[in-house]
Amino acid sequence: MTTLDSSKEIQKNNSEVNETHEDFRMFGLITFLIADGMTFAGFFAAYLTYKAVNPLPDGAIYELELPIPTLNTILLLVSSATFHKAGKSLLKDKNSDSQKWLFFTALLGIIFLICQLFEYFHLPFGLTDNLFASTFYALTGFHGLHVTLGTLMILIITWQSRINGGRLNSQNIFPLEAVELYWHFVDGIWVILFIILYLL
Amino acid sequence: MTISIDPQKTNNESLQPKGWLRYFSFSLDHKVIGIQYLVCGFLFYLIGGTLASAIRIELASPMSDFMPRDVYNQVLTLHGTIMIFLWIVPVVNGAFGNYLIPFYVGARDMAFPRLNAVAFWLIPPSGLMLVASYFVEGAAQAGWTAYPPLSITTPQSGQIIWILSVLLLGGSSIFGGINFIATIIKLRRPGLKLMQLPMYCWAMLGTSLLVVLSTPVLAGTLILLSFDIIANTGFFNPVLGGNVVVYQHLFWFYSHPAVYIMVLPAFGLVSEILPVHARKPLFGYTTMVFSIMGIVVLGLVVWAHHMFTSGTPPWMRLFFTIATAFIAVPTGIKFFNWVATLWGGKISINSAMLFSCGFIINFVFGGITGVALAQVPFDIHVHDTYFVVAHFHYIVYGGTVFIIFSSIYHWFPKVSGKMLNEKLGIIHFIITFIGFNLCFAPQHWLGLNGMPRRVAEYDPQFQFVNQISSLGALLMAISTIPFLVNVFLSVRNGKDAGDNPWNALTPEWLTSSPPPVENWEGEAPLVEEPYGYGKENS
Amino acid sequence: MLNKNIYLILIISFVFAISFWIGFNVNLLPAEASINAPIYDELFKILFITGLIIFIGMTIAVIYSLFKFRKRNDQIGDGIALEGNLSLEIVWTIIPSIIVLLIGLYSYNIYDRMGGMQELNHNHEMMSSNSEKIWAGISQTSDNAMAINNLSIEVSAMQFAFLFNYPKGNFISGELHVPVDQKVSMKMESKDVIHAFWVPEFRIKQDIIPGQPTILNFTPTKVGKYPIICAELCGPYHGGMRASIIVEEESDYNEWFNKNKKPEVNL
Ligand code: HEA
Ligand code: HEA
Ligand code: CUA
Ligand SMILES: [Cu+2]
Repeated sequence: MTTLDSSKEIQKNNSEVNETHEDFRMFGLITFLIADGMTFAGFFAAYLTYKAVNPLPDGAIYELELPIPTLNTILLLVSSATFHKAGKSLLKDKNSDSQKWLFFTALLGIIFLICQLFEYFHLPFGLTDNLFASTFYALTGFHGLHVTLGTLMILIITWQSRINGGRLNSQNIFPLEAVELYWHFVDGIWVILFIILYLL
Repeated sequence: MTISIDPQKTNNESLQPKGWLRYFSFSLDHKVIGIQYLVCGFLFYLIGGTLASAIRIELASPMSDFMPRDVYNQVLTLHGTIMIFLWIVPVVNGAFGNYLIPFYVGARDMAFPRLNAVAFWLIPPSGLMLVASYFVEGAAQAGWTAYPPLSITTPQSGQIIWILSVLLLGGSSIFGGINFIATIIKLRRPGLKLMQLPMYCWAMLGTSLLVVLSTPVLAGTLILLSFDIIANTGFFNPVLGGNVVVYQHLFWFYSHPAVYIMVLPAFGLVSEILPVHARKPLFGYTTMVFSIMGIVVLGLVVWAHHMFTSGTPPWMRLFFTIATAFIAVPTGIKFFNWVATLWGGKISINSAMLFSCGFIINFVFGGITGVALAQVPFDIHVHDTYFVVAHFHYIVYGGTVFIIFSSIYHWFPKVSGKMLNEKLGIIHFIITFIGFNLCFAPQHWLGLNGMPRRVAEYDPQFQFVNQISSLGALLMAISTIPFLVNVFLSVRNGKDAGDNPWNALTPEWLTSSPPPVENWEGEAPLVEEPYGYGKENS
Repeated sequence: MLNKNIYLILIISFVFAISFWIGFNVNLLPAEASINAPIYDELFKILFITGLIIFIGMTIAVIYSLFKFRKRNDQIGDGIALEGNLSLEIVWTIIPSIIVLLIGLYSYNIYDRMGGMQELNHNHEMMSSNSEKIWAGISQTSDNAMAINNLSIEVSAMQFAFLFNYPKGNFISGELHVPVDQKVSMKMESKDVIHAFWVPEFRIKQDIIPGQPTILNFTPTKVGKYPIICAELCGPYHGGMRASIIVEEESDYNEWFNKNKKPEVNL
């Protein structure tokens, strides 16, 4: 046995032993989401401090309209529910149902992004107009990036849960559950963001 | 690390990929990754130390004559950044963590080997990028703290590269942290209870919690800062209505915990080393665990002690004074427990032991000046002076770097199968200890008497003391020679170590030296009492 | 047993004695030239002595263990299997807690005496508009604060110089002149990056922040010329960003002031 081969062999075993163990992959993901949440927490803290100590300078415009973000909130909340449905269906090995729900979820994500862009183009202020404008774009943009990533991942698992040749089934459901958790996390952040940016 | 294969030892040796080239390849073995971290970190230490030498040469005379002033600022920025993000953090966390944690929890590898390798391979490119930025348009020159608006107004390319590089290093450290938490909590061998883990696991658990909770905030802050630089936003730019103090809060929300990220693993490592060489159980295991967690919690709520002169409200200063000073309590518990571990032991006076004891003495000194700095009225005078420089070098160098050396002396036999030369080790210790104290003790006086930090020129009245300090730095530079000679000689023809030269009880010693790829031939041993010294033969 | 205790007591008294001796006889601080300085030095002395006691004590303990409990050549086996001692650990949790608490309270007291906890003078004549946020510096008052007219100076810092504006005399100076024993009140603002105003002999320092004026009050007590040092990295010439503060007798000060005074320009 040459040394190179054996090491490959062992690495393969290693990754099999370790990486198919769902329990701690989920655990790792949760830890990652906590870290990601801290990034948002930093942004929120900065925004709230600005609100408390830096008054809006004279003549600066920072007006937000509620309809689009409210619609977006609803879209994301519904998408969380549809994702949940997809997971349930996959558990029962109803791959085509699952795929339908996933597709629907991704669609909601895309509509969310379109609405967000629409809002960007119709706001009376730009990125560098004033402190609050900048913070607004930084926060929603960073969240939008998360939604974009999430939507891409949903599209990927939609493809993977197809009936023939798909990788996902009730036995191998971890990818779906991981993305689902991530998606709920992104929704949760949006709700906080909506409250802090638009309602406060 | 040698290329030749010893024919007698094919038994376990054949399992291992051979040759030093594997340390340059993408390996998933936690032990290889650990050594990669260590060697990479040490190379950056030499670079950072060379920059430190440049600083000390410049400061040997009161005039700014060795290098231009802006180059001086670049040098000190790179020195600070390299030493922290490319030497201390990767080595005490990444190197020893990767090498030891899987042994300690009885696993064959880390929870996510691939993520682990990725985390390591983020480091060399970002480090090289950082160093290379010096040759482009000049490196960042706003200090390792990169306070705006200075960091917004200095030449942009250097600062942007600095941000990018620190973001990548932060990412690496977050991935590492996630991996450690998952490994310690989820990958424990069946039957091994949390309270039976060696102390280093607890230290790494606490550290990783801090990494996961605070590093992302730094990432967010630096992203905002880079927007200010490239996209002309005004988060931290007062000209555009921004607020510079908000940056300081966010930065220190990470960077204060970062100092515990730099020192908690070292606390863990001494807790492994002292019992072995004193032949006694670790004193007060349970209180040690609680004090680590206490430091983690307190460490998250003391950041504003770096900002006592930044115009913070009085109540805030008061709160942060008290919270900061209270960190002395859990830290003190650890130190008293270590002395109690030594007390009544049968201590072998070897290099590992000497460096650990040097650590205790230096760190107590640095910690006490830290508690003084935590007092607002005291800090107002010495903030941003050489007193602060002295404080933190006592801790990061006298503390963490001493422990890194101690750990190298302790685990080298395990990693390489060869013993290090004790004589050279003791020479290394003596020169380092003298040089270190000569270099940094006088800096307290400089700070108290009016020398600010980050200056290339100073009042001639301080020349003599600065020269003593530079002399100390020279000794420290010299002290690396016996160390390097020792390592190279011992790798080639050191004494054979055997599997367990120290007669230690922690799990990594219960396998061959160097260990096979999956750590144990058979099942991982269950070590219920990692510190059970004096028990079996009494 | 008794013997051991006596040695312990002897050693502890030795540590205390030597720490107190060093604390009282070694001076690590520059001259005292403001009413802040003696207060500061009092705190310093306490911290210094406490620190020395802890540091020397710990060092002796470590070195003693290394000697006393070192492994002799003929020895084999392990040390005693002592895994902990709860009451001992409680003792060394409580004692440091008490020390840091006392130090904290004491330094609060010191800070209060320096004027750090005072609400800043809200009818400060220099406050131009109400919306402007003034950030706290030290707002120290002396006992005779009422009696003297407080001297108001506006400091502006830029890369790499300090400028001192005397609004009453309507002139700007590069050197800070102040009369001895009078309270000086400064409002500081930066034109570009963060700087800091530091006079080591006065034991005061305050960052000068762009966009957020800060206030610093002090009372010099000793005639002389002292350096003003910029203590916050502000660019390549940070090390050269210095000015002088000249503390002089009131008559000398008035002479200087009148020489520089410019007539008020109306409108
Ligand atoms: C590993 C790194 C490390 C560690 C562990 C610490 C530990 C501590 N640090 Fe330090 N610190 C730094 C690295 C570190 N620091 C750095 C890098 C800076 C400068 C950053 C910059 O501006 O560039 C800094 C700056 C810094 C400041 C800001 C100074 C200024 O800029 O004005 C302060 C102020 O409070 C401070 C305090 C403390 C305290 C109270 C501790 C405590 O945790 C220490 C506790 C330990 C002990 C006290 C010793 C053991 C205890 C006993 C033996 C018990 C008995 C003791 C008593 C009762 C007192 N540090
Ligand atoms: C975290 C770890 C760390 C470590 C280990 C060190 C190690 C050292 N540091 Fe550093 N230091 C910092 C972190 C660290 N420092 C930080 C964070 C700052 C603040 C930066 C800022 O203000 O932004 C700072 C700032 C700082 C200053 C203040 C600069 C200023 O404010 O103007 C000084 C001055 O004396 C200094 C000196 C030294 C010295 C002499 C060493 C020595 O211990 C180094 C010893 C090592 C060597 C001497 C290497 C020996 C090897 C060779 C020389 C071999 C030759 C090379 C090759 C073969 C390639 N450091
Ligand atoms: Cu101004 Cu430094
Ligand atoms: Cu700190």
